[in-house]
Amino acid sequence: MVRYAATRLISLGLSLMAASLVIFAVVEVIPGDPAAFMLGMNASEETVAALRDELGLTGSLPARYLGWVTGMLGGDFGTSYTYRVPVSELIAARLWVSLPLALYALALSTLLALPIGMLAAARRGRATDYGIMGLTQLGIAVPNFWFAMLLVVLFAITWPIFPAGGFPGWENGAWPALKALTLPAVALALPQASILARVMRSALIETLGQDYIRTARAKGLTEGQAIRNHGMRNAMIPVLTIVGLQFSFLLAGAIIIEKVFFLPGLGLLIFQGITQRDLVVVESVVMLLVFAVILVTFLVDLAYALVDPRLRHTR
Amino acid sequence: MIALENISLLLSGIPVLRDVSLRIPPGQTLGLVGESGSGKSMTALSVMRLLPDGAKLSGRVLLEGRPLTDLTERKMCAVRGGQIGMIFQEPMTALNPVQTIGDQVAETLLVHGAARRSEAREIAKERLARVGLAPERFPLDRYPHELSGGQRQRVCIALAIALRPKLLIADEPTTALDVTTQAQILELLRELVREEGMSCLFITHDLAVVAEMADEIAVMKAGAVVEQGPTGALLREMRHPYTRALFDASRHCPDRAPIVQDAPLLEVENALRDYPLKRQGLFGRREYFRAVDGVSFELRRGESLGLVGESGCGKSTLTRAILGLEPLQRGAIRLDGEAVSPAMPADLRRRMQVVFQDPYGSFNPRHKVSKLLAEPFHLTGRPADMEARVAEALENVGLQATDADKFPHEFSGGQRQRIAIARALIARPELIVLDEAVSALDVSVRAQVLDLLADLQARFGLSYLFIAHDLSVVRSVTDRVLVMRGGQIVEAGETEAVFTAPAAVYTRELLAAAPVLPTA
Repeated sequence: MVRYAATRLISLGLSLMAASLVIFAVVEVIPGDPAAFMLGMNASEETVAALRDELGLTGSLPARYLGWVTGMLGGDFGTSYTYRVPVSELIAARLWVSLPLALYALALSTLLALPIGMLAAARRGRATDYGIMGLTQLGIAVPNFWFAMLLVVLFAITWPIFPAGGFPGWENGAWPALKALTLPAVALALPQASILARVMRSALIETLGQDYIRTARAKGLTEGQAIRNHGMRNAMIPVLTIVGLQFSFLLAGAIIIEKVFFLPGLGLLIFQGITQRDLVVVESVVMLLVFAVILVTFLVDLAYALVDPRLRHTR
Repeated sequence: MIALENISLLLSGIPVLRDVSLRIPPGQTLGLVGESGSGKSMTALSVMRLLPDGAKLSGRVLLEGRPLTDLTERKMCAVRGGQIGMIFQEPMTALNPVQTIGDQVAETLLVHGAARRSEAREIAKERLARVGLAPERFPLDRYPHELSGGQRQRVCIALAIALRPKLLIADEPTTALDVTTQAQILELLRELVREEGMSCLFITHDLAVVAEMADEIAVMKAGAVVEQGPTGALLREMRHPYTRALFDASRHCPDRAPIVQDAPLLEVENALRDYPLKRQGLFGRREYFRAVDGVSFELRRGESLGLVGESGCGKSTLTRAILGLEPLQRGAIRLDGEAVSPAMPADLRRRMQVVFQDPYGSFNPRHKVSKLLAEPFHLTGRPADMEARVAEALENVGLQATDADKFPHEFSGGQRQRIAIARALIARPELIVLDEAVSALDVSVRAQVLDLLADLQARFGLSYLFIAHDLSVVRSVTDRVLVMRGGQIVEAGETEAVFTAPAAVYTRELLAAAPVLPTA
């Protein structure tokens, strides 16, 4: 197990290095002067030169890359050109919205999807199964911003239980913050849960055809016991894969939902960074997201090994 | 005592079992034999009431006088695993790969509320020890993937007998195992039935196995029992023509008059093949597994050469090297004097074709037979008379020229194996490698395919390399035989001489382990 984790950790490090190189190359090396790009077409020679200096674009390529990477390792992501504050501060503030939102949505989606998928698998080919499959089809087909608007109309306007948008911040207590995140989390979770429920169903149905389920039935387990004791754990690998992918998506891909609910999240930050040509912000946030994705992949890999002893293989 | 009374079964309206009646007293084994599709397994699943959806069962199953057929599903769950234990054919997949063997044996006790968790583990340990998995070598926290096929089947037996059931159903329990492992598992089952006084329903397609195992035999055909009686008497008398046909087919020996030339066609010289293993630690030395270790032999033109050995002995690796699919680390393989290697020219490849075991998996299901048969032409270029060649190949293997327009699923297993032979034949090869080519076939179909192979050999002067684990088949169709173990050839010689007077210790063990049909 330790060896398995160690090899995964090494691959995590290598992936991070490769990703940082690619991002660095895309933003800084590829033709076109980043400083000129940021300032637009009408900028004078002197302002471009000044910005180049400010951005640290004057050294050699390896030196600049090293400077960027070591800076990030020390928590220094550079200074935003438009906001005039350290990027790390910008990111930290946004992360306190995006991370809880992603976790909230993921928890909702998983808690919703797993039982539904199990139920559909247990009642496969019957009315319940067809009903669930139809609903999840709808959940995938309908865009999440439409759900979001529907939720606002229902639960913020018709029955004003939750706020329609905005974020009060965590310093005013956890309850108002969670309340503000509830509708966005639900809107994000519904399509994700639909996908996950379908994956859960098909993974479980596949394991139910396996010989060891027949052995379990021959031991005297009921169908339900056979599903719970033997089917679930074997069906977890594809489910974990999708959960990992969904978390990465939720962290950065919530931009439309952030827009609908006026939430100051990472998605909006990167969107503003791009429109305002603030390359320092874009570069750092992209790197952070890449790090998050790779980290989640690592955690999912570890989870695989916990689920499946064949991956540990220590003896 | 278990009694089946007039069991009939309909699966979505199609009759699968007709009036099956059987009785098995305690301590006795009833062998249920028949070819695939005869209803053997369905009989077992009817007793267990583990039938597919849409099954309609009639008749009565009585266990110690208690009718099981009227029980509710909940009460039936208490019977399964409690009073009836069952083991299956595929020990490799019959156990949950993510649960320890201890947990899986203990589960039988736990779901029936027969023991508390700590007691259940103690009983599991004792039951595993009883089936030959001593706790010192096989602790309860082992996972199935850490065990061999025979050891896994022992775990399956342990969990089936954990509650000392009154009936043990064994559905082809040794079909997927090597002969020596099979002999051990059969011995274990015999002991258990005697000691625990269980009734045993033993299902198999192998008459030799059932002759060794069963006190009584029931022969099934098309969902009905055609003959039933004490083993000795039944095998002596064989009143029903189907029983006789089955018996004759299992011992079938095709008429062969081989014309063997002296010149070698295939030469294998000191072949050596290593597989790299995982590194021990990040910078550890890489270890190698020697799959084929200095093998040398010759196959002469017109000869049938057998290659036998148990799983893991290196047969498959050697076969891949002979087919030029994998390189050797040392040594040489020559076909008619030309070097065989992954880079060998197409025409050399054409001269050597192969037929594999699985008649279902070895065809692309979306291609028509004509396209499947024409595949070897990529080695030679398409001849102008391709359609005629396809028709000819089909007729040569006893099929119709019109079959070229059909898809593989329209054929039975035996017919598919004929198509596979036709595909090998169409390239006009000199050597055909038969890699367990008849192992998946029913005995009657197997007899026909063996006849076909003998006929083709005589007509086209073919040479065969016949790779199989079934010793009796190898004995009936080969001129010489090689016995392989641990990557080496431990014995080589004329087939009859090797079988009647084996020189190597291992060959003797192998022959002793193989079940033999009593001569009628």
